[in-house]
Amino acid sequence: MYNAGKIIVGILIFLVLVSVPFWYNRGKAAAPPKLEVGTTEKQCVESTPYMKASHMKLLDQWRDDVVRNGKRIYISSTGKQYEMSLQNTCVKCHAKKTQFCDRCHDYVEVSPVCWDCHIAPKENSGPKE
Amino acid sequence: MLEKALTGNKGYLLWIAFLLIVVGTGFSSYLKQLSTGLGITGMSRDVSWGLYIGQFTFLVGVAASAVMLVLPYYLHNYKVFGKITILGEFLAVASVTMCLSFIIADLGQPARAFNVLLYATPQSVLFWDMVVLNGYLFLNIVIGWTVLGAESRGAPPPSWVKPLIYLSIPWAISIHTVTAFLYAGLPGRGFWLTAIMAPRFLGSAFASGPALLILFCMFLRKFTKFDAGWTAIQSLAKIVAYAMVISVFFFLCEIFTVYYSQIPEHIYHFTYLLSGLHGHSALTPWMWACMIMGITATVLMIIPATRNSEQVLPIGCALVFFSLWIEKGISLVLVGFIPSPLETLTEYVPTLREISITLGVWGLGFLILTILYKVAITVRLTEGPQTVEH
Amino acid sequence: MDSTRRHFLKIAGLSVLGLGARPLIDAIADVGQPKVEPNPNALVGKRWAMIVDQKKCLKAKEGCKDCVLACHRVHNVPDMPNPKQAVKWIWQAPYEEVFPDVGNVYMAEYMKDSLKGLPLMLLCNHCDNPPCVRVCPTKATFRRDDGIVMMDFHRCIGCRYCMAACPFGARSLNWLDPRPFIKTELNMEFPTRTRGVVEKCNFCDERLAKGLIPACVEACKDKALVFGDVLDPNSEVRALLRQHPSTRRKQHLGTQPQVYYIL
Repeated sequence: MYNAGKIIVGILIFLVLVSVPFWYNRGKAAAPPKLEVGTTEKQCVESTPYMKASHMKLLDQWRDDVVRNGKRIYISSTGKQYEMSLQNTCVKCHAKKTQFCDRCHDYVEVSPVCWDCHIAPKENSGPKE
Repeated sequence: MLEKALTGNKGYLLWIAFLLIVVGTGFSSYLKQLSTGLGITGMSRDVSWGLYIGQFTFLVGVAASAVMLVLPYYLHNYKVFGKITILGEFLAVASVTMCLSFIIADLGQPARAFNVLLYATPQSVLFWDMVVLNGYLFLNIVIGWTVLGAESRGAPPPSWVKPLIYLSIPWAISIHTVTAFLYAGLPGRGFWLTAIMAPRFLGSAFASGPALLILFCMFLRKFTKFDAGWTAIQSLAKIVAYAMVISVFFFLCEIFTVYYSQIPEHIYHFTYLLSGLHGHSALTPWMWACMIMGITATVLMIIPATRNSEQVLPIGCALVFFSLWIEKGISLVLVGFIPSPLETLTEYVPTLREISITLGVWGLGFLILTILYKVAITVRLTEGPQTVEH
Repeated sequence: MDSTRRHFLKIAGLSVLGLGARPLIDAIADVGQPKVEPNPNALVGKRWAMIVDQKKCLKAKEGCKDCVLACHRVHNVPDMPNPKQAVKWIWQAPYEEVFPDVGNVYMAEYMKDSLKGLPLMLLCNHCDNPPCVRVCPTKATFRRDDGIVMMDFHRCIGCRYCMAACPFGARSLNWLDPRPFIKTELNMEFPTRTRGVVEKCNFCDERLAKGLIPACVEACKDKALVFGDVLDPNSEVRALLRQHPSTRRKQHLGTQPQVYYIL
């Protein structure tokens, strides 16, 4: 092959770079975040596994139901009624955003834009956003 | 074929470097706009569209001008244009790219631009504008590249290109008709509420676009070995002449309707434009420059002696282009907002960053145009004069 | 590969079945769909409208702006330093600006002499035939069945076509991030908006949903603003419209504004 030397060296460098995520942090497993739920309530709007997997979908549905369809009351699968509101319902229990929401979001490098508009509750301790 | 754009003489490479600097500067200004918001521009609550949308409005017309080469050549076998249809198609590609870039630059939340597709709203003219602009871009890229590629291989283009070429003719009319409809359907903006908005767009498109093409052809004649042929250039010049006459006539029709009917809501916009209103007259010098350039250009293009002169024709074309650039690119959009629906007067002056972003998009357009033209004329010149009928 | 027609039809049939599999799986997987309902206390109307009863403003104190302050406080509306970038949901303007198409100087005289030259309130008219809704490419602004022209701040792309289409100048873009400019105490129950998004009066739909009247109507101590269902023959707005001649802004444009002015 033409320029075999340069190409093979290039391929080796590429393989090293592309595998960086695997070998750079070897031996140092980042611990999954510990969450301060922020409330003594036993039950969230839906079950914890469901909320862990689908809270974004739920919030999206809530957004469309409230803004576009004018419906504000949510009857969860447990039969309890909630007002569909991130700022008024979710935050009533999960009042410390930095100790709950942000811990997982930072861990997986997700920055949801909700808080550009929806007002996060003031926290007395913890860093300012 | 793209590799042909990577080599060239010193002038060519310096030009590309200059364009890259312009684009880079514009882009860094755009990053500032993304982080701070559209507040860094001169737009306001009353004048909520400014330079970006004005430039987009003007360039839509320039993009449609490709049809002025395609229609005579493909529908009426006007062989004279055979050599330069590719230049028209590539000008359309560069112009529509600029249009789309200006629209993106103007959005308050560009990250959400995809919503226009996700929540398609056929009752909104803006939705159709998105459809026709992207469709026209796609058509011209495919047509231009395929035809050129076939030529570079010395073969006739594939038969499926023909229906696309025929489709591009009404599609070209649609892009500026739909853009005109953005303005002409709004009940609250008397300056735009005219049935001849779309015909006006057609008139200025077929004057400004071919005028630019003439300038490009004369430039290529002088600085490269690519000669479009004086006959082709003269035919284009005749098209520009008639289109300018029609454009001037349409403008005079507007003047008559507004000043004879004397409806205050409609007159105020023209008064602001032509002589100033309540002491505000920032656009008046621009409008008078536009009209003087326009009349001069029309005269130069009508008189055969000046139209046929290699020295005067480029002057006439430049006057056509700049006159219509002011009319569509600056006055049309801004004056729709001045005075406001409450008849208050807020003027508009673009900020430096806004101008930087605007120049960056123009630089991007010229960059694309330069690259595509380099490819086109290299193919034409190296593969020999095209003798393949298509 | 076997390319007979029969083979093609077999593959096509299997593919169609395959396409049907996903919705089936989704339907089975959905464990009891949760239900959503409107608030039982919500104010319900067939066609919300507002009346600006200008004579009542005569009793107001000098330079009264109670309605503006209430609305802007409840909705976290910023106070932008540059008037060109102002965000206004409800505001005041002189008669000549509210009704520029009338061109009646003697009406303006009447306003000065008999109504103390008091400014009139302007807000989104929540038109029945709204041009802003017609032009929005994402349906970020839409008309509800009860007549309110709503804004979905999540969906707005900031193209400002609605601002161009509105014949009443009722809409504002957030040219900058509004949060640093919110001078009133933050209402923690209502979001702010972000830069690049258009906003306007929403007839307090979040208050109507809880059984409360709009903030501006509640704040006006002189009852110059009246809100109600104009299609309900027994409502206060209908009573007022029966007793007094009323006018609306730019009626000839046919947008059917639902803010009526009694002068």
